[in-house]
Amino acid sequence: MFGAGGGTSSYEETRNADLIVLWGSNAREAHPIYFHHLLKAVNRGAKLIVVDPRRTASAQWADLWLGIDVGTDIPLANAVGREIIAAGLVNLEFVERATTGFDAYRESVEPWTLAEAERVTGVPADAIRELAHSYARADRAQLCWTLGITEHHNAVDNVFALIDLALLTGHVGRYGSGLSPLRGQNNVQGGGDMGALPNKLPGFQDVADAAARARFETAWGATVPPEPGMHLSDMFHAMERGALKTLYVIGENPAQSEADQKHAVGLLEGLDQLVVQDIFLTKTAQLADVVLPAAAGWAESEGTVTSSERRVQRMRKALEPPGEARDDVWIVYELGKRLGVDLGSPRAEDVWNELRTLSPMHAGMSYAHLEELGGIQWPCWDETHPGEQFLHARLWDPVVEVRAPFQAVVHDPPVDVLDDDFPIRLTTGRRLESFNTGVQSGGFDSPLHRDGSAIRLAPADGARYGVADGGRVRVVSRRGAIEAPVRYDDTLRPGLAFMNLHFPDEVETNVLTIDAQDPKSGTAEFKATAIRLETV
Amino acid sequence: MPDLRLLAAEPTEAERAAIDAVVGTADASDGRVVRSDRTRRHLLLPALRAAQRRAGWVSESALGYACRRLEVPPAEAYGVASFYALIALEERPAEVLHVCTDLSCRLAGAEVPEGAQPSPCLGLCERAPASLRTIAGEEPREEQLPPFGPALPQFGQPGLRLLRRIAAGLDPDSLDAYRAAGGYSSLRRAVELGPGGVLREVAESKLLGRGGAAFPTGTKWEAVSKQPARPHYLVCNADESEPGTFKDRVLMEGDPFALVEAMTIAAYATGCEHGYVYVRAEYPLAHERLENAFAQARARGLLGDDMMGAGFTFDIELRIGAGAYVCGEETALFQSIEGYRGEPRNKPPFPVEVGLFGKPTVVNNVETLFNVLDVVTESGAAYAATGTEASTGTRLFCLSGHVERPGLYEVPFGTPLQELLDLAGARPPKAVLLGGAAGTFLRPDQLDLPLTFEDARAAGATLGSGVVIVYDESADLVDAVLRIAEFFRDESCGQCVPCRVGTVRQEEALHRLASGKANGNELAVLADLSQVMRDASICGLGQTAASAVESAMLNLGVLAQ
Repeated sequence: MFGAGGGTSSYEETRNADLIVLWGSNAREAHPIYFHHLLKAVNRGAKLIVVDPRRTASAQWADLWLGIDVGTDIPLANAVGREIIAAGLVNLEFVERATTGFDAYRESVEPWTLAEAERVTGVPADAIRELAHSYARADRAQLCWTLGITEHHNAVDNVFALIDLALLTGHVGRYGSGLSPLRGQNNVQGGGDMGALPNKLPGFQDVADAAARARFETAWGATVPPEPGMHLSDMFHAMERGALKTLYVIGENPAQSEADQKHAVGLLEGLDQLVVQDIFLTKTAQLADVVLPAAAGWAESEGTVTSSERRVQRMRKALEPPGEARDDVWIVYELGKRLGVDLGSPRAEDVWNELRTLSPMHAGMSYAHLEELGGIQWPCWDETHPGEQFLHARLWDPVVEVRAPFQAVVHDPPVDVLDDDFPIRLTTGRRLESFNTGVQSGGFDSPLHRDGSAIRLAPADGARYGVADGGRVRVVSRRGAIEAPVRYDDTLRPGLAFMNLHFPDEVETNVLTIDAQDPKSGTAEFKATAIRLETV
Repeated sequence: MPDLRLLAAEPTEAERAAIDAVVGTADASDGRVVRSDRTRRHLLLPALRAAQRRAGWVSESALGYACRRLEVPPAEAYGVASFYALIALEERPAEVLHVCTDLSCRLAGAEVPEGAQPSPCLGLCERAPASLRTIAGEEPREEQLPPFGPALPQFGQPGLRLLRRIAAGLDPDSLDAYRAAGGYSSLRRAVELGPGGVLREVAESKLLGRGGAAFPTGTKWEAVSKQPARPHYLVCNADESEPGTFKDRVLMEGDPFALVEAMTIAAYATGCEHGYVYVRAEYPLAHERLENAFAQARARGLLGDDMMGAGFTFDIELRIGAGAYVCGEETALFQSIEGYRGEPRNKPPFPVEVGLFGKPTVVNNVETLFNVLDVVTESGAAYAATGTEASTGTRLFCLSGHVERPGLYEVPFGTPLQELLDLAGARPPKAVLLGGAAGTFLRPDQLDLPLTFEDARAAGATLGSGVVIVYDESADLVDAVLRIAEFFRDESCGQCVPCRVGTVRQEEALHRLASGKANGNELAVLADLSQVMRDASICGLGQTAASAVESAMLNLGVLAQ
């Protein structure tokens, strides 16, 4: 929408915000560092509003929690937009000067009255109204989201619906107000920065841009294909078609993280060749023909990472990697050599300096400059530039050359529908002490893991389906069935169940989930599965 | 606040109802919306007080329920509950007799019967020996004993300022009676003058604070009125706990509408929309009369929105302490209102910048505010004609001890101490304690001291809160000094080391001297402690904890050998 993909704001602005909206984010557990910045704002008196089907740990910190039905974010966002318009709270000057497409947007949200949104989302009208008015009236508002928005088959539309609210109110491009997709690891943002996206070269330069391609081709002495590559989910579809026969996996564990897991493992097993590079022998690595042991990024190799606030920071090597483990850069360069290409020096700083000549937004970030400023938020055009605390200040220029477009989006409910056979909505998420498929966090015995693999049920559902707290249950979806321990959880309302994916060796949650995915982002709809419970 | 590990015990229905009456009933969640309000911690002490008045003590389950409702960690709430002497955390009978064993009452032969609690000064010194009965239950109440006292020896006398309506027999429960006695003419005049005009008159009056610190009221008001941060708060400090002091009680009990009017003027001048009166728990009659005054004023549009058609809003809330001398220190008082332990804050920042709830705050003593009424009606210059150049107006003095007519006296500044003693019929004194436990002992040859801030300071004394306790030849001054040392040791909040340790060491050294077990070092130790507490304590409690003791030793030679 605005160009480069990254959060617009800094942590400092979060600390100084008046309103923080967490929409589809349980940052308290999934983004504890960000939440610690957020709590400083709360402690100062900032208002926190959380939109989440579950009354999560984050929601328990909120001034207002809206318990939305899974997959109805667009109706809620559109109703908030409509209410802001109807109440005369639109930042008209900003809309007229810095945006396009307002009229079409207004028309698209018109059907979403508070009453209609209440009917579809389950959230009472007065709470929707309060969210709308709080957001529109706040001086500094941060709108944050994570996987509750993006792990849907219409992820990108969900994001558009939220961005529209920021455009409506002018909560972007100025100090304190912004849009923050929180990143789940210290370097998810950095992966995007470095071009680990199917349609982007490093620095978010589009592969379709011939001039950009030409610069990289000159530097690399090789041809860059102009068409986008494949998303992870596309790759699985390509495997299914037989179009993809070799897979080189670096630091991912798709055998356990993919939706519809049985299917995914079958496809991996059917490959001609599977190469896995990881610091652990993951379930995926166990399927591999070749395993390349890698050095741990945070202690055994040099380099940089980019945080959720676009801050590039240096990582320093403290230890030699154990045994035959090697630095990722070294492995890739060595692979190049064996394939007959000399990629040059495998020193991290040399790689970085090459990037700086090709990615203008990183050009000023020499190791010395990064060192001097303790990390720099991109863009950083040259070595005299301190970086940018927040993005899109240009939208507040007297004349805005490239305007931000409103994107009218329509509601499209979850693919896995609820019916009499599958009456319960299962949603998935994360726990504070665990990380994704547990490759890094599951190896430690900890009392914090207690009941980690359990399916969480509203006590009323437990009683209704004859499932005892502390007992076991068979969980059935349209794709498979698993057995899991049960914990009652009063942060869930009847009809809503919750599981995490941290303990795939005990409970294979992703046997249940659907691989319906967003065509633009390639993310599967992990958040909305229809299930039923059977006694065991 | 999540992440709380709340206590599992459920409160009794009675405890729940008592706490709900303060904090409201809980909204049931439908699993769709939860609204929480993190700004309600200030209700913690009122909730604990309500639970105690219902059950006689604060049980673990009542404490836990208050924590759950107000989202306060139980450990913190326990810290608050255990801070206050009048909150009981162990079960005890519904009816408890608190017997004052402080300076004036011990002179009157106070004795603590079996089953009763000894108490620091109850502010009933004119009717010593005094006590307070607390009765918990469905209809909780507190009784001051004896129920009546000769509070106003100047009753019926003309020429009084602060006490004139009380001396004329005003009905304290009637707004009409207050208006008939000239009430609310000052507020009318204030609105004519406008906020700037009121500030000017108060500055010209050279009015100094009557709570003990003698800070210029006009300067304080001016500073708050100019603060850009909003809201501004007005706090009336009625936590009168200095042993021997009862003046504010007499004013609140006898003329409560005057306090309402004076606070309204202060709020008007300084831009406050919300005021608090923080009254010590030991003053039940004052609570009752103030609540009645607030209600009547609200009903007549003299508190609330758009008052007197002048377009400004102001209301007052009564906050009741729970037995802690240190809460009379202004920042400790803020902490107490906010729901924390009453531990004083470091200054600066001063309350005019960062006060209650972190906002600019005017804090005035009850007597100070009473003076404002005449300042506004007569003009600051006219007010300043009474008294001396540096100490303008009149002053209230609380006479007790060995006097024929104990009670509250109003005299113009500059009146010699001896004249005041004569008014009260003092017996020939061996010593006079001026200013209370934080004050100084004077010798019989110092009684010609003119009662002004400047003369007291020059004599190395202080008027403090207007305490005058007379000790005749029969008095046991060693007992008085030991009691003062015990008082400070007991009332030190323990936050800062000089005071926490110093008050204990001071008491120990005095006991060694008194019991003849001195090791020879005591005088040097006491001098050191006095210096360290004065220099390094966070608040006035520690800074003055050695004052009276030291003056008794140096001035009167008590325990000085």
